[in-house]
Amino acid sequence: MHETDMTKALILTVKDWWEAQPEKTKISQIHLIVGQFTCVEPASLEFAFEVQTRNTFLAGAKLAIQETPLIAFCHHCQQEYRPEIGLQYACPQCKAPMEDIRSGRELKIDRIEYSSKDEG
Amino acid sequence: MVISNWSSVICHAPRRGFTAEDTSAAARFTTHYSLLTTHFLPMHQTFDAALGINLLHANQEGADRNRAHFDEWGITCFNIMSSPGAGKTALLEKTLAALKDNLKIAVIEGDMTTELDADRLRQYDVPVIAINTGRSCHLDSKMVAGGIHQFEHQYNPAEFDLVLVENVGNLVCPAEFEVGEHAKVALLSVTEGEDKPLKYPVMFREADCLLITKIDIAPYLDIDIDTIVANVRQINPNVKIIPVSAKTGEGLENWYEWVKLQANTKTLSPNYH
Repeated sequence: MHETDMTKALILTVKDWWEAQPEKTKISQIHLIVGQFTCVEPASLEFAFEVQTRNTFLAGAKLAIQETPLIAFCHHCQQEYRPEIGLQYACPQCKAPMEDIRSGRELKIDRIEYSSKDEG
Repeated sequence: MVISNWSSVICHAPRRGFTAEDTSAAARFTTHYSLLTTHFLPMHQTFDAALGINLLHANQEGADRNRAHFDEWGITCFNIMSSPGAGKTALLEKTLAALKDNLKIAVIEGDMTTELDADRLRQYDVPVIAINTGRSCHLDSKMVAGGIHQFEHQYNPAEFDLVLVENVGNLVCPAEFEVGEHAKVALLSVTEGEDKPLKYPVMFREADCLLITKIDIAPYLDIDIDTIVANVRQINPNVKIIPVSAKTGEGLENWYEWVKLQANTKTLSPNYH
């Protein structure tokens, strides 16, 4: 399950951010944007995140994943279209190959919700 | 006291250690107040930092550092990826035999399941740096940095032209983890089927060069190489596609030409600006 490694990478990135904060904070939620044209399966990511953050600075933090669809742009037809992942990527009208991807490649930490440690 | 005065305060996220772009600065700072006895007291402060950074930020930084080392030494680096058994090691053997007199080559071997694999490559008198990948399903930039570290202690990197990184056999996630390469080379053997590019599109989208391997056995299979090419082209119209057979040697000259061109001109893919 490669989401285990993805999660490690995610935790490292968030840790960099967390350690750069002047005061230690408690992270409550991490918002991710995950495109459908990536190698990441959101359910596996959530599972791996829950397991790997136990007893760490991220213990109890939740992962909120927003998926973005694969949207391509056909230069010939001058319009966007939605390729069918696993089946068909070329433009359904003119059959031109998938040149520009407008959405679906995102693997992004959008934002982090956190609170100060001394919260009651 | 008017409650609305306290309802929210806008401030900026701390920037230390991150660029303005990374934090995008405008973190929202909302303070909620609850009524306790007769006073308004702060009970819970939540902050919301807009990061907008790549999930693989840490890996990407490492990959950029690795590539900077290669650039400094004048080395071109390929990341070679495929499913297990597509013929990465066989291709490396042929490539080392054919090009080691033209180019000074080193191999960073991440897909070594037995010492036999390394021995197969070492007989060509090139440095083979074996890196320990454990049970990982792909190489990441940190593992490759370890390999580069060994390489620079045992050899003089400035003498080298080309580093071939053999990734772990896997058609899925190596595509998402850059290791510091200048070009991604993917292999797809004819036995894997015509539909693999459609089913594992990210690898084929990311590849700069695709080798269709084992074409000598294509006549015995219910498979059409033109269909494989058409399926790949749907996903990546710009990839260089080279059908080869490491066994008969068919097509390998085209591959060697491509390798020499990349090593000499160090053509960077648009992905690596």
